[in-house]
Amino acid sequence: MKYSLAKLVAQTLGGHRGWTRAWRDPEPKPHYDVVIIGGGGHGLATAFYLARVHGVRNVAVLEKGYIGGGNAGRNTTIVRSNYLLEGNEPFYEFSLKLWEGLERELNFNVMMSQRGVINLFHSDAQRDAFVRRGNAMLMHGADAVLLDREQLRAMVPGIDFDNARFPVRGALMQPRGGTARHDAVVWGYARGADARGVDIIQNCEVTGIRVEDGAVTGVDTGRGFIGAGKVGMAVAGHSSRVAAMAGLRLPVESHLLQAFVTEGLKPLVDRVVTFGAGHFYISQSDKGGLVLGGDLDGYNSYAQRGNLPMVEHVMECGMAMMPMLGRLRILRHWGGVMDMSMDGSPIIDKTPVRNLFLNTGWCYGGFKATPASGWCFAHTIARGEPHALNAAYRLDRFLSGRVIDERGGGPRPNVH
Amino acid sequence: MRIHCPCCGARPVDEFTYLGDATPQRPAADAGLSAWHDYVYQRDNPRGPHHEYWQHAGGCRAWLVVHRDTATHEILEVTAAREWRARQA
Repeated sequence: MKYSLAKLVAQTLGGHRGWTRAWRDPEPKPHYDVVIIGGGGHGLATAFYLARVHGVRNVAVLEKGYIGGGNAGRNTTIVRSNYLLEGNEPFYEFSLKLWEGLERELNFNVMMSQRGVINLFHSDAQRDAFVRRGNAMLMHGADAVLLDREQLRAMVPGIDFDNARFPVRGALMQPRGGTARHDAVVWGYARGADARGVDIIQNCEVTGIRVEDGAVTGVDTGRGFIGAGKVGMAVAGHSSRVAAMAGLRLPVESHLLQAFVTEGLKPLVDRVVTFGAGHFYISQSDKGGLVLGGDLDGYNSYAQRGNLPMVEHVMECGMAMMPMLGRLRILRHWGGVMDMSMDGSPIIDKTPVRNLFLNTGWCYGGFKATPASGWCFAHTIARGEPHALNAAYRLDRFLSGRVIDERGGGPRPNVH
Repeated sequence: MRIHCPCCGARPVDEFTYLGDATPQRPAADAGLSAWHDYVYQRDNPRGPHHEYWQHAGGCRAWLVVHRDTATHEILEVTAAREWRARQA
């Protein structure tokens, strides 16, 4: 069913009794041309672009839980392309361009809001680094604006400009950055993929990957064996476990990231703002809650829940940047499992097992990458070779020395 | 999460700093690129019991090997790192 204003009016007059489900709930077939493991944003986007761009329609997406129940429902919804390095910036800028056309592409309201992403700086050295980053963004066709204190003061209320330890000197802003509704993104991709013939199979956990003569032949699942010409893994925090089913060991550790939502407020912060003297970011959802987050807890974890020292640390960062936050109550908080790669950049590539493909290492930046990740992974699976945009995201880059270390943190997953 | 330091007793986790997986063995200097790549970059990353290095940086500064379940955060055993390495040898 194509969504439109006319359809909405007709349904309203009919008491909303005529809506049909957004995607089917099919039984798995015995064999598919391509099986995607993981029904998160990246897996669903991959299936969508396989069908839409490459004409590969005999595709299944296998999801162990339900659509929107994993990291797609656990992120802080920020969309941006403010990267520095050659391997990253073109990819993320392409992703932002896909975001800008996504609602038309999917015929689904993903509530894309280009409200601007503002990164505060607090010292001359940090200003220099942000100017360099802004110039790198401009050279790759992205947008970036340097804001002084007065411009910033007019845009964001409540910032402690003259904090004794972290005075705010200005900010780098990407006006085209912003937020999108995380649930709507997976729902939109699921609906779009389903409409093009993709089977989306929920409550179907993969328990084994069958490999014969060095090539993948299918997957064992809670609902039986499903044969596959090609298999793509897009399972975020659980990549190491799924890859181990095919005998692979990855340059990835699973870590824990917490996020928070306050009680609902009148409109207060109408941009995305990040603190430059600590890891802290904040935006306001359309329901009025402030959405905020910060650093990893710092130790390996699959628990999907964090510990209190990091809660305190994030709140301290928030108070240093915006003291007014101290009057608010936190309504909800949660944790997600991040697939932290060894250089902080993702992997979209073939694997040593023939016809088995890998999409992992998103650290805590996977949401903004959803469209381009799906686009590039679909290309890599359909053609058997990476697209130019993900050519740098190779699995073997740690062996060849071509790491993409945006932060300069070295091979320590918990510092990226 | 509380870690039972063999020197100081049960202490809150924010007194400790985390290094990571304790199981990779440092290869010989001339072991070759592949062995060094595996040591520096590759991880088993298990969901379940995990041996990991922690330092009691906000306490006695001892290096510890904590046997901890990454799925539940339950701490199964804490050993002084030196003792644990000796036990492995």
